[in-house]
Amino acid sequence: MSRIATRFAELKQQNRAGFIAFISAGDPDYETSLEIFRGLPAAGADIIELGMPFTDPMAEGPAIQASSLRALKAGQTMKRTLQMVREFRKQDSRTPVVLMGYYNPIHSYGVDRFATDAASAGVDGLIIVDLPPEEDAELRHPAARAGLDLIRLATPTTDARRLPTVIEGATGFLYYVSIMGVTGTKTIAPEEVAASLARIRAATDLPVAVGFGIKTEADAAKVARIADAAVVGSALVAEISRFSAPDGKNVAGAVKAVLDLSARLAGAAHNARL
Amino acid sequence: MNTSQRPNSFRTGPDETGHFGIFGGRYVAETLMPLILDLEKAYNAAKADPSFQAELDDFLEHYVGRPSPLYFAERLTAYWGGPKIWFKRDELNHTGAHKINNCMGQILLARRMGKTRIIAETGAGQHGVATATVAARFGLPCVVYMGEDDIKRQMPNVFRMRLLGAEVVPVTSGSKTLKDAMNEALRDWVANVENTFYIIGTVAGPHPYPAMVRDFQSVIGREARAQMLKAEGRLPDAAVACIGGGSNAMGLFYPFLDDASVALYGVEAAGLGIATGKHAASLAGGRPGVLHGNRTYLLQDDDGQIIEAHSISAGLDYPGIGPEHAWLHDMKRVKYVSATDQEALDAFQLCARQEGILPALEPSHALAFTGKLAATMRKDQTILMNLCGRGDKDIFAIAEHLGTKL
Repeated sequence: MSRIATRFAELKQQNRAGFIAFISAGDPDYETSLEIFRGLPAAGADIIELGMPFTDPMAEGPAIQASSLRALKAGQTMKRTLQMVREFRKQDSRTPVVLMGYYNPIHSYGVDRFATDAASAGVDGLIIVDLPPEEDAELRHPAARAGLDLIRLATPTTDARRLPTVIEGATGFLYYVSIMGVTGTKTIAPEEVAASLARIRAATDLPVAVGFGIKTEADAAKVARIADAAVVGSALVAEISRFSAPDGKNVAGAVKAVLDLSARLAGAAHNARL
Repeated sequence: MNTSQRPNSFRTGPDETGHFGIFGGRYVAETLMPLILDLEKAYNAAKADPSFQAELDDFLEHYVGRPSPLYFAERLTAYWGGPKIWFKRDELNHTGAHKINNCMGQILLARRMGKTRIIAETGAGQHGVATATVAARFGLPCVVYMGEDDIKRQMPNVFRMRLLGAEVVPVTSGSKTLKDAMNEALRDWVANVENTFYIIGTVAGPHPYPAMVRDFQSVIGREARAQMLKAEGRLPDAAVACIGGGSNAMGLFYPFLDDASVALYGVEAAGLGIATGKHAASLAGGRPGVLHGNRTYLLQDDDGQIIEAHSISAGLDYPGIGPEHAWLHDMKRVKYVSATDQEALDAFQLCARQEGILPALEPSHALAFTGKLAATMRKDQTILMNLCGRGDKDIFAIAEHLGTKL
């Protein structure tokens, strides 16, 4: 069983929702980012989404845009992102790592080589925001051959007519985008999300993670009651920006702030069903 | 369709999934997919409805001022001493450029679809002005995203948009130019899918935009083809247009694609020179990638990060190019060349003095290449050039380059 399937099976057995933490690889720099990455499992992250920085992240709000650009400015590349995963795997062989980002850096790296290198680095899955089912075959097949899950996204605009297209060929888990908008902007409406999740669950047995509008512990708890996992990204990377002032970085402060927030959000998600 | 095979016709693309060979497609977030599928359906229905085309034709004639004239540039012809130079005068359209041909088509479609809010991106401001114009004409609120750097370069157009009632939103993310304005417009669209219609200004973006914008702009080539036949009794030997995203070029070329005797030239912006890296020539200096919903040639670094384009012309300052151009490039049906900032400035001044026309900086690139091409052709031949915009908007930028204070 894959790390992702194992993790969701464990969560199900414990009757609790998972907490998925997102950070951009290399934000604010390689070393600090690696330290945060390594600290996340102990700070409650059941799965880690590692952002592959891109100059033009069109589905991201201001916080993740800034995070992506900070990482690029500090010299992050796809090679270094895969290197970070290899470093992480030296001490953690159980926490699933999902790379999230946009297609062009993968296209540029070479799709087949990327799938092989990512799998051998210890990556478990991919979420590629600008690769809808209609266009993802050229990555899905190499990813499957390498043993990587290509995680599909469903959104409030994915209606009953379209849902089968999204679910057909989906593996790992389904990522439900809880708001109509970019990351970290609007706040989720739990009733609407619950209705959508009911539709999705009727159509698939895959676990469903919910993300995009979760900012606070209260949001995380609400989502944890209805979804298999809650994803938080913008709120975590906003902590990094607080400690990355142009006039000097407080690296230790950033690491502590992100991990503390992660622990609080994870606690809220984990305990929501008690 | 396959890129390695020359088709019987160059006018059959895109295929039903929106691809021109390997280019094009629909690389968008899932939130937008249902909208794009709806848009495709609505556009196909409109295309098949004679009343839609009749309404569009009526507005093009009485509001836009079509057909635009075909003009024999007699003094430039004599100056270069070669083939006869003909201008397609799309700068005489209402709002001063070809952009309104497409905006008129898209806003009629938006109305048909019951959309109540219009958004657009703009670089030079010509597409923003054209969008603000049609939005005002049909009483729809309009938000135009424009890079902060472009706002500084194109103040007159910013003011025009505001006079027309549009909200101009400065984009401060990324490189603060056209590509970032397009990112921001896409972000707006994702957040306002229910009521909003995104009027994309060039032959790029997710399917069906590249084909739809081409179709709306093809009025340029259809008219010019008939006008050339009437004026010269035959087709031109060459047709020339500038390329940023490539909408005026696609509109000019499309009706000529299967006329093998007509050589087609797309002129990219070489900025300070291709070798300097400071340019906007995606075909000459880029490689295939995926951005803004389509696969096409992009300016990018070795890691697949998008590189900022550079051109004196804000309208050409884009790191990509429409996917149909990418395909026509690989099929070798259109020859893609380039002109530098300096060559465009020189051509601008030449046109002003020789023909009494201030061209926009964008077609000044086409004109610079037309001069070079003329030197290689005979007197009994003809060149058709799309004069796709007028230069009034550029006088401040040009004054700065000429060291004049206005």
